[in-house]
Amino acid sequence: MTIPESWFLILAAVLFGIGMFGLLTRRSALIMFMCIELMLNAVNLTFVTFSRSLHDIGGQASVFFILVVAAAEVTIGLAIVVAIFRRRQSTAVDELSELRG
Amino acid sequence: MNSLAALIPLFPLVGFLLVLVLPKSMTREPVSGWIATSAVLASFLTTVISFFWLLGQSEREVTIHLFSWLSVGPLNVDAAFLLDPLSVTMCLFVSGISTLIHLYSIGYMHGEKDFKKFFLYLNLFVFSMLVLVLGNNLLVTFVGWEGVGVCSYFLVSYYFTKDSAASAGKKAFIYNRVGDVGLLLALFLLFNHFGSLNYLTIIGLGSTVPLSSTVALLIVLALMLAASGKSAQIPLFNWLPDAMEGPTPVSALIHAATMVTAGVYLLIRMSPVLAWSTSGRWVIAVIGGLTAFVAATVATSQKDIKKVLAFSTVSQIGYMILAVGTGAYSAAIFLMVSHAFFKALLFLGSGSVIHSLNGEQDLRKMGGLQKYLPLTFPTFLIGWLAIAGIPPFAGFWAKGDVLTNVYAFSKPLYVLGLFTAVLTAYYMSRLFVLTFRGDDRFREVTEGHDPHESPWVMTVPLVILAVFSALGGLLNLPWAHSMSLAGFLDPVFESTVSPVLGSHMSEFVLAAADAAAAIIGLLIAFSLWKSTSPWPRFESSFLEKVWRWDDFYDFTIGRPSQRVAQFAITTVEPKILDGAVVATAISVRKSAEGIRKIQSGFVRHYALVVVVGMMLVVLFLVARSW
Repeated sequence: MTIPESWFLILAAVLFGIGMFGLLTRRSALIMFMCIELMLNAVNLTFVTFSRSLHDIGGQASVFFILVVAAAEVTIGLAIVVAIFRRRQSTAVDELSELRG
Repeated sequence: MNSLAALIPLFPLVGFLLVLVLPKSMTREPVSGWIATSAVLASFLTTVISFFWLLGQSEREVTIHLFSWLSVGPLNVDAAFLLDPLSVTMCLFVSGISTLIHLYSIGYMHGEKDFKKFFLYLNLFVFSMLVLVLGNNLLVTFVGWEGVGVCSYFLVSYYFTKDSAASAGKKAFIYNRVGDVGLLLALFLLFNHFGSLNYLTIIGLGSTVPLSSTVALLIVLALMLAASGKSAQIPLFNWLPDAMEGPTPVSALIHAATMVTAGVYLLIRMSPVLAWSTSGRWVIAVIGGLTAFVAATVATSQKDIKKVLAFSTVSQIGYMILAVGTGAYSAAIFLMVSHAFFKALLFLGSGSVIHSLNGEQDLRKMGGLQKYLPLTFPTFLIGWLAIAGIPPFAGFWAKGDVLTNVYAFSKPLYVLGLFTAVLTAYYMSRLFVLTFRGDDRFREVTEGHDPHESPWVMTVPLVILAVFSALGGLLNLPWAHSMSLAGFLDPVFESTVSPVLGSHMSEFVLAAADAAAAIIGLLIAFSLWKSTSPWPRFESSFLEKVWRWDDFYDFTIGRPSQRVAQFAITTVEPKILDGAVVATAISVRKSAEGIRKIQSGFVRHYALVVVVGMMLVVLFLVARSW
């Protein structure tokens, strides 16, 4: 028996919603990072799902690109977070508002 | 052969370029002067050859086509020269006197720092002046017209480190620009009516195509404005006395003999147009007569030797303009030529006097120079008698010719002219007496030394000019018409009538009146200026200050303009212009202060905005698909 595609899509939507909620509510840069990763992977899941149901390899190829970009982004992002932590002993993003208008 | 005349203006141009580009070592003090002088001399000799060639021609209107200059729609202008009796007469005396004054300048400018620059501009001037008189259309003449104007500016401001010289140059230039507007307007009107700027075309059409009197009057007025700028007539005459700030040879060449007669030349060239407007000719005649009179009254009270001569020049050109107004074109040219001789002589003579007194120009510090300047004195004497109108010198014949024609034209103007002749004789005699006779008053300026006569390069031109001033009357003897200047020039004016007097008897009476006027003026001067210690006090400051003419312009134009400028700098600039700029800056800042709140600096806000935006996009897509 195969699991219907709608289940995968619902799971992806739930994961995306959790990630978005976390991004908007949490103040720690690290947690916000994890939320973004969650959202990215939710999107990856929908790509793979549609790729299978539509028999199109393009969706899976897109996922590889997203993974690579996400890896790079995490590397740089974490480096920035570490640098900020070293300077301020904190990773709370609300304190990083020097560039406000 | 006929293209030889193209060389006439070429020589001074070559001279100008040579002095300009030759290395410094080759244009040391006397050398550049000699280069310039020989260039102008070559030009003079070419003119003489062209003159004799033209005499042998039956058709005395020769066009020398150089190249096609402008061709725009119906406007076709060639760079071309016109060789006819009028232009060749002008060229003869322009290049001849220029040669003498170049020679004189070698001596006069000795030891000047910018010796080379002087001859550079002088040659450029002669080139421009020859282009002006040789041009076969108004546009070529206009080029020369502007060229002489700018050279006049350069040379008046020759001592540009001196404040008065710098501002005199500016004054001359600005007054001339006002006149140039008139010339441009005349150009437009003439082209609009005749469809050509060529003299021969205009002269040819002028007698056949009827010209409405309004248009003719407008053209004549525009031409008169041009002439009053360049030839220093009312209302634009007061730049000329200030132009005396230039070196004396410049005053002699540009501001007495040649450039200032350009306006008269222009009017004479346009004589067919003048013939269409009687009222226009009246305007010209009245302006000329008034200028002659006003300038002569002013000349009676000037203390500076060059200023007297300057106002005398204005007055004499007034006579020429008066003659043009009466239609006596040959008489105007005759006076122009003889005036060029004796006024150049008087200026060069006064230059010699100034030279001998270490640059002193004040008449009150001269006197008794008769015995120290053995060559300047007799030549100046001839110049004085010539301009005063004593027979048989050139001035008597020329002025008599003019006045005879004025008598036939209008009696009141004749009376004005005759009275001016008395004034002329008076102020020139005053100048002569104060300079050469009476007590020595110059000891202070020469530090006790005796004044010295000038070197030969300066005295030779004086002697030559004196000969011409004495014998100039032979050019135009009234009883030898076919051999005279008037007979030579007549074909140019065949389309316009010059008034002829009935009897020889009345001509004789008028000539006697001229001579009497000259002698009366002379006697008044000698009796009034017998003694100069103490200095007589009858001269009015109203006359010395030129009828307060400068004050009038200062009051009507200068001060109001200054007030406008003051208003602009105190109100317009800080309040309106600056205000607009500052208001823009303030409004940008105010609106930015409202909008900057959006940029909160909180990452979550930005994320929220992104999410909301994304949702709106999704909603839009969903709504559209239904």
